[in-house]
Amino acid sequence: MARNTGTRPLAINGLTMALSSKDLLGIQGMPKDEIELILDTAATFKDVSERDIKKVPTLRGKTVINLFYEASTRTRTSFELAGKRLSADVINISTSTSSVVKGETLLDTALNIEAMKCDIIIVRHSCSGAPAYLSTRLKSSVINAGDGSHEHPTQALLDMFTIREKLGRLEGLTVAIVGDIEHSRVARSNIYGLSTMGAKVKVCGPPTMIPPGIERMSATACYDMDEAVEGADVIMMLRLQLERQAAGLFPGVREYARLYGLNQARVARAARNAMVMHPGPMNRGVEISSEVADHTPVILHQVTNGVAVRMAVMFLLAGASKAEA
Amino acid sequence: MTGLKEKALILDNAGIDRAMTRIAHEILEKNKGAKDIVLVGIQRGGVHLAKRLAIKIREIEGLEPPVGSLDITMYRDDLTTRKSQPVPQVTDITFDIQGKIMVLVDDVIYTGRTIRAALNSVMDYGRPQRIQLAVLVDRGHRELPIRADYVGKNLPTSAKEKVEVMLAEDGMEEKVVILGE
Repeated sequence: MARNTGTRPLAINGLTMALSSKDLLGIQGMPKDEIELILDTAATFKDVSERDIKKVPTLRGKTVINLFYEASTRTRTSFELAGKRLSADVINISTSTSSVVKGETLLDTALNIEAMKCDIIIVRHSCSGAPAYLSTRLKSSVINAGDGSHEHPTQALLDMFTIREKLGRLEGLTVAIVGDIEHSRVARSNIYGLSTMGAKVKVCGPPTMIPPGIERMSATACYDMDEAVEGADVIMMLRLQLERQAAGLFPGVREYARLYGLNQARVARAARNAMVMHPGPMNRGVEISSEVADHTPVILHQVTNGVAVRMAVMFLLAGASKAEA
Repeated sequence: MTGLKEKALILDNAGIDRAMTRIAHEILEKNKGAKDIVLVGIQRGGVHLAKRLAIKIREIEGLEPPVGSLDITMYRDDLTTRKSQPVPQVTDITFDIQGKIMVLVDDVIYTGRTIRAALNSVMDYGRPQRIQLAVLVDRGHRELPIRADYVGKNLPTSAKEKVEVMLAEDGMEEKVVILGE
């Protein structure tokens, strides 16, 4: 890599690298060195949130639009703070109060926003592929903030960042992801990212919620939770979407909690100092007991790290988009 | 950069050391001692030089000033005009800079834009009473009204050339060279 060539632009030290795309649509296919670049960059942005003046002028004069077609507090706030701490102007568009209710299409809405000159559009949509569709039609950088049951790349990046921060590495770790794998974009992005980084991923949940062909995503499936958490370095719980019960994917919440809920006894089966993670919002007493939730500071560290990771992504994309042009 | 080769050796190991020793003395002379002095190196070469200055100041004065490091990537003005970004390094200023005499240390001063960014960055950490600048090499071509207070070596260069400071801390043979076609 560039480290030993000893060259440097102007009088600035350090390595230089860039992301290969103007957009962040998913973790699938993202090379290991790009994931590492984002995680390394995030480490320095984390300091910004911890000092007295929580703002750097990096994206001064840039405009960032949060276009959310699905309810979200944590992710939207996280992106908004990340943009503001980089000095960008951040606008939130919540579709329930916008012209979307008058029947405007996704593309028309996005083109209208872009006509007002913005640099980064952050999209959350219930349809898988919506951000990818927009990215080919817009000049702005598009960041996927969760699309249907496809991917949620910044969540996986912040999860990997948090694991690396606490355990010092990703390579060689065993990560158990438990819950509704089939419908979880968080799980999908994490499986891609963790396996690229050399971790071993086990998924666990009711057979109706494990997608067929999971082996092709380099994860192993397991239907018994005690077995899944045995010796795991990281236990990643997913939120049970209660509306799935109506679809008949599991018989009852109480049964689910008994078979696939995380309690102290199950945490004890994992590796010593195992990390428990949850992307939020938590259903206490369903997929995670209150006892475990309250003894797991990591879940809030994930939220803290989310801002740093999103700052890093915006910073890198703001550079990458111009490199292509 | 490929295609650039070493045109001239500007400073060797001993030359760098002598320049740093002189700068340490000049800092003490100008500020009448080491009291209230803090050293902040600009990532990455400046950090190594700042640590060396701290040791030299201790040897002369018996008082070792605290050393911090500053990464200015987030304060650069060319984010969207460059093809790639330097990976940001740590900024680590654990001491109070309020009311102190801060000596910024960098290996090479060129356009002055790095120092402009460093000044803005420092202001977000506190209000030093005075900020001074020490560099190992001043290669000219300033684009901003910025001047170093302490200079190891004034080196007129052409904009096509590159000045390369190699330090033992980075595992290299210690020297300052000009690279050109």
